[in-house]
Amino acid sequence: MNLPVIIKFVIDLLAVLLLALGIKGLSKVKSARDANRLAAFAMSLSVVGLLSYYLGTSGIAIQSWIWIIIGSILGSLFGAILAKKVPMTSMPETVALFNGCGGMSSLLVALGVAIFPISGGQENFDFFKSLINEVSISVSIFVGAITFTGSIVAMAKLQGWLSTPGWTQSKVRHFVNIVFAVASLIAFFDLINGNTSSIWLLVIVSSLLGIGVTLPIGGADMPVVISLLNSYSGIAAAAAGFVVDSQLLIVAGAMVGAAGLILTQVMCKGMNRSLVSVLFGGSLSAQSTATSGSGEYTNITSCSVEECALTLEAANKVIIVPGYGLAVAQAQHTLREVTKKLEQNGIEVVYAIHPVAGRMPGHMNVLLAEADVPYEQLKEMDVVNPDFPATDVVLVLGANDVVNPQAKNDSSSPLYGMPVLDVQEARTVFVIKRGMSAGYSGIKNDLFDLPNTSMVFGDAKKVLNDLIGELKDLGVGEK
Amino acid sequence: MSFISLLWVLLLGSLLGLELIGKVPPTLHTPLMSGANAISGITMLAALTLIVKAEGNVPLLIIGSVSLGFALFNVVGGFFVTDRMLAMFSRKPSNKK
Repeated sequence: MNLPVIIKFVIDLLAVLLLALGIKGLSKVKSARDANRLAAFAMSLSVVGLLSYYLGTSGIAIQSWIWIIIGSILGSLFGAILAKKVPMTSMPETVALFNGCGGMSSLLVALGVAIFPISGGQENFDFFKSLINEVSISVSIFVGAITFTGSIVAMAKLQGWLSTPGWTQSKVRHFVNIVFAVASLIAFFDLINGNTSSIWLLVIVSSLLGIGVTLPIGGADMPVVISLLNSYSGIAAAAAGFVVDSQLLIVAGAMVGAAGLILTQVMCKGMNRSLVSVLFGGSLSAQSTATSGSGEYTNITSCSVEECALTLEAANKVIIVPGYGLAVAQAQHTLREVTKKLEQNGIEVVYAIHPVAGRMPGHMNVLLAEADVPYEQLKEMDVVNPDFPATDVVLVLGANDVVNPQAKNDSSSPLYGMPVLDVQEARTVFVIKRGMSAGYSGIKNDLFDLPNTSMVFGDAKKVLNDLIGELKDLGVGEK
Repeated sequence: MSFISLLWVLLLGSLLGLELIGKVPPTLHTPLMSGANAISGITMLAALTLIVKAEGNVPLLIIGSVSLGFALFNVVGGFFVTDRMLAMFSRKPSNKK
């Protein structure tokens, strides 16, 4: 072993260690920010390690430097700009976009190696080695393409650029996707048999498969899909690691792949959906329209903002249940104003965070943190549920399915078994909502019919603004 | 590296990933996902390798460069956006009077 090899080995080892510590640190609120920077540092370190290795051995041609600089400047620049500009509410689609590009990168590497075999030639050619090479190239292309097109479709759907076409809700889609899957398999074996041109077939059909699988999935399930695609991009990176013979790539890719799977599992649990039903079941509302047809509301009480303010003023303990609707209305800052007033009046305010509030686990926490809500006031579902009976007022803002008592009481409901917040246990529940439309699941919410529930109709932000005015008139929060 | 030892690396890396993520509070799932996503941009190393080994083959240099661009878009954007999210969590103690 010569010096460059030893240096690269040490740097790689250090980078793996730091990446692992980074992921570990991301699991605690206190250390998360430093951990993220540590991981970023580890990534830069790995680049330095790789470049110094080539400088010390084969050298790097000027021409290569030029293309390295062009690629890195453009990629970093666009990445940094997007990361700085994007609003916090669009976090899921942003992650999807980044993720898709990671998959695209793995795909391109494999494609490049496949079309122009790298003349490195340290290893002697043998059949086993070349078979592994072809398999890893195929896997990298297959997974990379699915990650790319799947992520782009997911992003477009979350942004509202793409709707769910009708045919994708019928059985036809399974047939179409099976055709794509079989075609990729054929291309895969053809490629291993030495027919290099079938690589294009593989690229095309796996791209189509990515689209075909993601397109039928409804908006509510999209975060699960993004998380799964995140896992895929790790697998694609690991496969690319086999292509270019890099342990570091394999380790990092495998870690991300495994992490993504765990996270996907957690999200499915929170939504009471199995991964299989998310991937193959189509949109949940399409399934449930048949079962929830009987769902007419019989006992809706609507009330004015003024009444709501009066009840809040008299309360001792208030729990806020925020949902994605709150974020869409960009009302988290206005909400914070309201709660500040209540707190100044000595009223205890707590935010109940359902595991899938927002659009991804933890998304709501980020949005509320953006509005300066103290971290200690955010309570997780299991912690807050026993508190509802002792609570005077619950404000439900833009949340729907996660407060539906059907999940507990009605075994015929598609929601049955999903963990929910027991808001109906509180003395009074106010649901601030635009209209009577159903939540993501498309299922009637029994909570709205309960005698202790009042609906305050209107846009969340406007209602909260009016509420601030009413509270002011009542002298709440003014010393 | 022999194929078998690379497989070991794959196996141990996966186990490490499962173990590391197992105990994360839901609060941090979105930042974690975005951070892990940034790490998956490690394919930038493969892209770099491609460019260095291209030996003047211009199409390969271009493919490598585009691949590097995509990967770095993923890495840089991913880490920045994660940092932005996490900054919101750490900002509060100083804001509280």
